[in-house]
Amino acid sequence: MARLDVNIGALHLKNPVMTASGTFGYGLEFQDFVPLDQIGGIIVKGTTLKPREGNAYPRMAETPMGMLNCVGLQNKGVDYFCEHIYPQLKDIDTAWIVNVSGSSPDDYAACAARVDALEHVLAIELNISCPNVKDGGMAFGVTCAGAESVVRAVRERYKKTLIVKLSPNVTDIAEIARAVEAAGADAVSLINTLMGTAVDIERRRRVLSIGTGGLSGPCVKPVALRMVLQVAKAVKVPIIGLGGIMTAKDAIEFLMCGATAIEIGTANFIDPATTIKVRDGINDWLDAHGVKSVEEIIGVID
Amino acid sequence: MESLKKYVLDLTVRSVTKVHARYVLIKLTCEAPLPPMLPGQFVEVRVDGSPSTFLRRPISINFVDDKQNELWLLVAVVGDGTRWMAALKAGDSMNCMLPLGNGFTLQSRESASQGVLLVGGGVGVAPLLYLGKNLSDQGVEPTFLLGARTKDDLLMLSEFEKYGRVLTTTEDGSAGEKGFVTNHSILSHEQFALIQTCGPTPMMKAVARYARERGIECEASLENLMACGLGACLCCVEKTTEGHVCVCKEGPVFNIKRLLWQD
Repeated sequence: MARLDVNIGALHLKNPVMTASGTFGYGLEFQDFVPLDQIGGIIVKGTTLKPREGNAYPRMAETPMGMLNCVGLQNKGVDYFCEHIYPQLKDIDTAWIVNVSGSSPDDYAACAARVDALEHVLAIELNISCPNVKDGGMAFGVTCAGAESVVRAVRERYKKTLIVKLSPNVTDIAEIARAVEAAGADAVSLINTLMGTAVDIERRRRVLSIGTGGLSGPCVKPVALRMVLQVAKAVKVPIIGLGGIMTAKDAIEFLMCGATAIEIGTANFIDPATTIKVRDGINDWLDAHGVKSVEEIIGVID
Repeated sequence: MESLKKYVLDLTVRSVTKVHARYVLIKLTCEAPLPPMLPGQFVEVRVDGSPSTFLRRPISINFVDDKQNELWLLVAVVGDGTRWMAALKAGDSMNCMLPLGNGFTLQSRESASQGVLLVGGGVGVAPLLYLGKNLSDQGVEPTFLLGARTKDDLLMLSEFEKYGRVLTTTEDGSAGEKGFVTNHSILSHEQFALIQTCGPTPMMKAVARYARERGIECEASLENLMACGLGACLCCVEKTTEGHVCVCKEGPVFNIKRLLWQD
């Protein structure tokens, strides 16, 4: 049994496997399939200050080895989360992380401050990369100035571990990573979905209600790996890697490219027990190769 | 609604029978007893070895044969995923996540004195068979009103006849009354306490309108495009009186009062 625990700043994870926001609900939806307390960290779905209805149906299109979605941050708001969801989660022994989104720096900061008060939520993941909302979301994540403004505003009011989720829909992701590090981020996670579209040739129109959506699944993995390598060279803060991870082998590729932890996203839709299988697979690989701790393989690839 | 434990199981195909050119009946089993399932719930089937299909395919539970320990899926062959299912052979494995969603309300004998009408269209008749069986088990004899384009598209009629009275309509008049289910004469001279329906959306909307106008309780089973089947991805939403809700988790069966079908 190799050592699997890792640290993301002050946040200690019992293993490097986390869940990607928006793919694992509040964890409770997966309880029949996975012991939640064996997952390194659970990042719950995108939460905003006020409730959001999200975009109209249809919100999803299947693609070769992946899918597009344009859910648009549907959620019942941070107050609902604190009052109704958090009490059901707080006693489950995993690192609970809330993905926070907003439409202005003040909005993000107010939502983050509300979450700061929750004893068992140890970190937030700041979503400055959602491609499916008009106001905010990715608009902040595609320029250094925009990213900095949100991270600074949140940093002032949020004291625990601050993870910033980066968009791949940029010219130079390393530049954005450096900007958020300078603004006070404790870690970065990447990549959010890649913006794309799908066409219905019979109806001669686009499939998704808002025309475009975010691409996820194994088809994005090579892009995500390349970006993790790039960002690893650019910043000193820990990196959480995600994008199309289906197996332990995929996860190990991300760790070797410089990720300290990884997130499982779309794979949860195909096999709801992917998280635990990936954790076990990482352990088996380390044991088979005589590696005593997962930390030994992080960033070994140049 | 009670919440049943969900499983991911590798089931074994016992048979795949061509019901008609576009439909197959797949019977599945496993060594251990199948878990409890409710009529109206569904299964997410993993499609293996196809480059064009990535997500699981939601298929309604057609029937559960407790004696044979069998789960039946009635599948319309429409794309690469369902074509893969239709090509399976006895002994092959099918990975299923089940049971998902909430089923139909099971009308008790006391409250069913005015009768229960089950209205199905096309392959949407599938979940009504197991619903009819459950009603019959508790002493309620349902009336099935089943519609299709032609005689050949009326599926599994002999199975339905085991559990209740069967009435049919076809668009071309090749069997039963000619027209749509909502044109059937039974609707103008019999009273029902509850209508439960599954089929194409325009048909279900017409059935819902009929029920609403007469103040009859009505439930409809929706089939919005889905990914996870568990209420996590928020892709299959239907706009309801409470805003967007997941069809996979809050449905697929809805009381029509919750739906915005007043048009």
